[in-house]
Parts: sequence; structure tokens; C-alpha cells
Amino acid sequence: MVTWVFLAAAAVAVVFACLAVVVRNPILNVLSLVIVFFAMAAIFALLGMDFLAAIQVIVYSGAILVLFLFVVMLLNIPRLGRLGSGRPFQALLGSLLAAFLGGLLLAAAALLPAGLGAVLPGAAAGGTAVPIGRALISSHLFVFEFITLLLAAAIVGAVYLGERELQ
Amino acid sequence: MTAELVPIPFTWVLALSAVLFAIGTLGVMLRRNAIAIFLSLEVMLNSANLAFAAFAYRFGAVHVAAAAALDGQIFIFFVIAVAAAEATVGLALFIALYRLRETIDVDRFNILRW
Amino acid sequence: MGTEVVVIALKLAFGLAVLLTTVPIMVWVERRGSALIQDRLGPNRVGPLGLLQPVVDVIKLVTKENFLPSRAQAPIYLLAPVFAIIIALSTFIAVPIGPDDGLTLFGRPVDGLLVAPHLDIGLLYIFAVASLGVYPLVLAGWASANKFSMHGGIRASAQAISYELAMTLAVVGVLMGAGSLRLDEIVLQQSGTWLGMLPRWNVVVQPLGALIFVVAVFAETNRLPFDLPEAEAELVAGYHTEYSSLSFAAFYMSEYIHMTVAAALATTLFFGGWTLPGIELPFGGWPQALLGMTVFGLKVALFLWFFVWVRWTLPRFRFDQLMALGWKVMLPLAVLNFLWVGVVLGLGLMEEGPW
Repeated sequence: MVTWVFLAAAAVAVVFACLAVVVRNPILNVLSLVIVFFAMAAIFALLGMDFLAAIQVIVYSGAILVLFLFVVMLLNIPRLGRLGSGRPFQALLGSLLAAFLGGLLLAAAALLPAGLGAVLPGAAAGGTAVPIGRALISSHLFVFEFITLLLAAAIVGAVYLGERELQ
Repeated sequence: MTAELVPIPFTWVLALSAVLFAIGTLGVMLRRNAIAIFLSLEVMLNSANLAFAAFAYRFGAVHVAAAAALDGQIFIFFVIAVAAAEATVGLALFIALYRLRETIDVDRFNILRW
Repeated sequence: MGTEVVVIALKLAFGLAVLLTTVPIMVWVERRGSALIQDRLGPNRVGPLGLLQPVVDVIKLVTKENFLPSRAQAPIYLLAPVFAIIIALSTFIAVPIGPDDGLTLFGRPVDGLLVAPHLDIGLLYIFAVASLGVYPLVLAGWASANKFSMHGGIRASAQAISYELAMTLAVVGVLMGAGSLRLDEIVLQQSGTWLGMLPRWNVVVQPLGALIFVVAVFAETNRLPFDLPEAEAELVAGYHTEYSSLSFAAFYMSEYIHMTVAAALATTLFFGGWTLPGIELPFGGWPQALLGMTVFGLKVALFLWFFVWVRWTLPRFRFDQLMALGWKVMLPLAVLNFLWVGVVLGLGLMEEGPW
């Protein structure tokens, strides 16, 4: 049962990731990506990472992709060119690189000793939110603070870029 | 710490992440529109997250001491936070560029100053 | 296994029935309420006090043509209202509506009839689903191939992101006190009294957080004073300009369902859910559950009336004012709120949650 759900989610993720890259309508690209992230949230949940599944939907689908939609609609971006419609040499090189990287990673996955994973015991009793929260404000406090700084800097940068004309 | 086994081989998750990564690379390399490139970049980021999830799921509960068991998941959390910051700045940048050139086709931004 | 399925089916049917009956009642309350506020009569021809007006409205909507604009993106145009309904309905399932410890049904104990069972990420689930609520609006606006609709969609997306931040930050204060994401534990933590006499509701402990949450919820449900995506004075009808018949009804219904869920959420998070302060019930089981549900229902009804009251009292914001309010006022105040909760917790004025 779990295996089948995983396979279905994986198939959905791959198909809609392809659509997100291939389809020429920018809004449909963003929508396909929403579905990809949903499938990934489902996979996180299957692996016992319920907190991450929720965060994935809240941050990616609920905020980042809405921002993308906003910008696509605001700039009124026309239909994209056909995939690889630039210089043929570039397209060839790009596809080769993608195939090479994908093949490399697939080979690595195939060469690793297969093994079943395990869900953390925390996930069974009380979810992973509490242990992750604890870790964030104790052992990973420095990184956590650094991320807040980064987000603040990002807001300032976005406001600066949005407010004035670049000279 | 006893952990609950789930019947999904972790290499499957890794393979999925590899496929998604390749698709994302293809998009980044072949698209000419900045927003489409950025979208493909998000696919790549997420495939990396999936790889983290795979390893956290395989080794987090079984082999490593309890304190480090959540490290993989926390890393994904941070990647998502960084992706949010990146999207904010990146999209603001595209809007600024669009104001200058009325296009965000990356081929049109081939001179260093304007 | 058997009881579990029955319990889940019962809960789903119950939630659906409650939400779907709330919609016509709210339509009536809104129309009569607006009439009351504006010193008019309101609908009073169909049935006693005009109570059958919603029924007639529905019949009118059903018999109309479902119009498809010629340049619309047909599949997305038609699916957007469906998604609106689905998303609106699926949030309510995680809201606890009454105490259900020790309940039995047909002689067997039932777990999670009134409370979502073992949903450890409870609040995060609600936020996750609610954050998707903006997609139908944006998609409807885009797929209609109409400039007014498009504008409505763009406004909806910007507004949703901006106010989600303030809403989430306001809830952080509640979570700090409760130490749990489970909504039933958040409710239980609010029973009893605070400092000896005040009800231990989060609205008393952190009034600022409650205020921000309620204001942000108005923006998230696109209710006046924040109904910029469908501002009829500027955008005809915003994102649903082109919609008619049942597609329009779906958007209309989803707005009221969102309102009901928002009221239920505000009740749960800040107004003590099904609890009444300082009252220890001498009985458990079904009487307790029914009483709890009644209390919860009354609180939600009061909130819904508040929604109507505000809508017909306050004028609409301008879009730049809306953004300025969201980012420059609500966000800093939300941060201030959780500093305040930290001080209260640090001084030991409030017992900390279990974690």
C-alpha cells in the first residue's frame, strides 16, 4: 500500500516536472510545479516527515509559487519559445549535460546498497514538529539565527530593488 | 530507539531525486525566459531536498545517535527557508530588469552595462 | 477498523452538513443584517421573515446559463470554482468542535468523532490547506481572459501572501503558550482561569495577537474592508466577473465557508473553543459533548455576526493602504505580540505548555 502510494506520487512528480519544463504557457508551468511540490509533500509524509510535508505545502505552494504567479501575471509574460529554440549547439550541450548529470545520479543510486529506511520513533508519537523545534533553538541555534538574518536581508533587498529604478 | 520500518527502498527516493534533477537541469539549460529558468531551478532545489530526505530516512533513525537523527530534516527546512529568500530577491530582480528592457529574456541581457 | 470507518464517515458527513447549511443561513443573515444596519427591510417576501430567500436564490442560479467567455482557458476556467469549494471544505475537518473523551457509540468507544484524531501537525495542516485558498481566485482571474478579472487575481495573490505572514506570526504566540500544534490541546490549555479571575482564553492573555489574527483573517477571506480582489466599485466584480450560474455559486459559497472556518479557527485559537471559563462540568460523555458543541456553535455564530457587522460598517481600503497596513503595521505588531507572550511566559504569569 505505502509502496504504491509512493510510486504514484513519484510518477505524478516526474510527469508534472516534465510539464513544468516543457509547456510553453508560463502560468501552466507554475501550476504544474504546484502539483510537483504536492507530490513531494506526499513523499515526505510517507517517509514520516510530517512537519516537512506541511512546511513544503505552506512555504512552496502557499507562498513561493503564489509569488511566481503574481510576477508572471504582473509582467504579463508572453508564451515561451519552444524548448531549445535558441542556438542548436546550446540546446544539444544542455540536453547532454542534463542527461549526464541525471545518469550519474541514477548510477549512484543504483550502486548504493538498497535498504529500507525507517521512520523516526518521534513521528509515531507526537509528530516531528516538537523534536525539530527543539533542535532548531538548541543545537542548530546559530544557523537558525543566520537564516533569520538572511530572510531580513532578502526583504530589504527586494524592497530596494522594487522601489527605485536601477541607475 | 526502535524505529518503524517503511517498505520503500531509499534508493527509489534517490532515483526520483536524480530524475527530477535532470529535468530541472534541462529546463535551466534550454529555457530562455528568466522566470522559466527560475522555475526549473526550484525543481532542482527540490530534488536536492528529496535526496536529503532519502538519506535522512535511511540513516537518520537506524544508525546515528539520537541527537543527529533529525539533521537531514533540519537541513531540508533550511533549504526551504533559503529558497524563500532566493525567490523574493530573484523575482524582485526580474521586475527591476523588466522595467529596464520590457523583457526578461536572458539572451537580451548580454552586455555588461546599459 | 469497522468503527473507525464509521466514525470518519460520520465526522465527514457531519462537517459537510454543518458547513453547507451554514451557507444559506449566512446568506440570509448577511442580507437581513445589512438591511438592519442600513435601516431597510431586506428580503421579506419569500417565507416568514424572508427565510426562504436563499432557496429561491439557489433556484435562480441553477437555472441560469453557465457562460464560457470565448477566449477563456476553458479547463482552468471551469475547474477554478471546483477547487475553491474543495479547499474551503477541507480545512474544517481538523477543527475540534467538542470534547469527545469517553464517548461511546453503539456501546463501543469512539476516538476522534469531534476531534481530528492524532493529527499532530493540526494547525500546520489548516495553514497548509488555507494557504492554497488563493489559487482558485488567481486562476479564475487569469482564465477569464478579462482585464478586470486579471486585476482581481493579481490583487488576491499579493494580498494573500502579505496577510498570511501576519496571521501566522500572530498564531506563534498561541503556540508558545500551548506547546502543541494539536488544536484540541490548544483548546484544553485555555480552560480554567488566568490570574485568579479572568478566563484563561488567549484573547485575554494576548489581545494583540487576537486582534491581528482577526484582521488578517478578514483579509484572507476577502471580506470587506479587505475585499480588494472583487472590489465592485473598481473592478466590476473582480476575479468572478465572468462567472455565472453554479460556477458563481461555488465562489459565493466558498467565501461563506471560508468565513465559517475562519470563525471556528478564531474561536479555537483565541476564545477557548468549546470551553467556558471556570465551569467544571459534573458529567462527561454525550451531555458534555453536546454542551461543548453548543458553546462552540454559539461562539462561532457570534463571530459570523461580527463578520457581517464589520462588512456593513467599514469602508473599503485602497490597495496601497492595504499593503502598507499589512507590512508596516500588522507585521511589527505581530512580532511585538510574541515578544509579549515571551515576557508573560518568562515571568511565570502563565504555565508553559507540555513541551
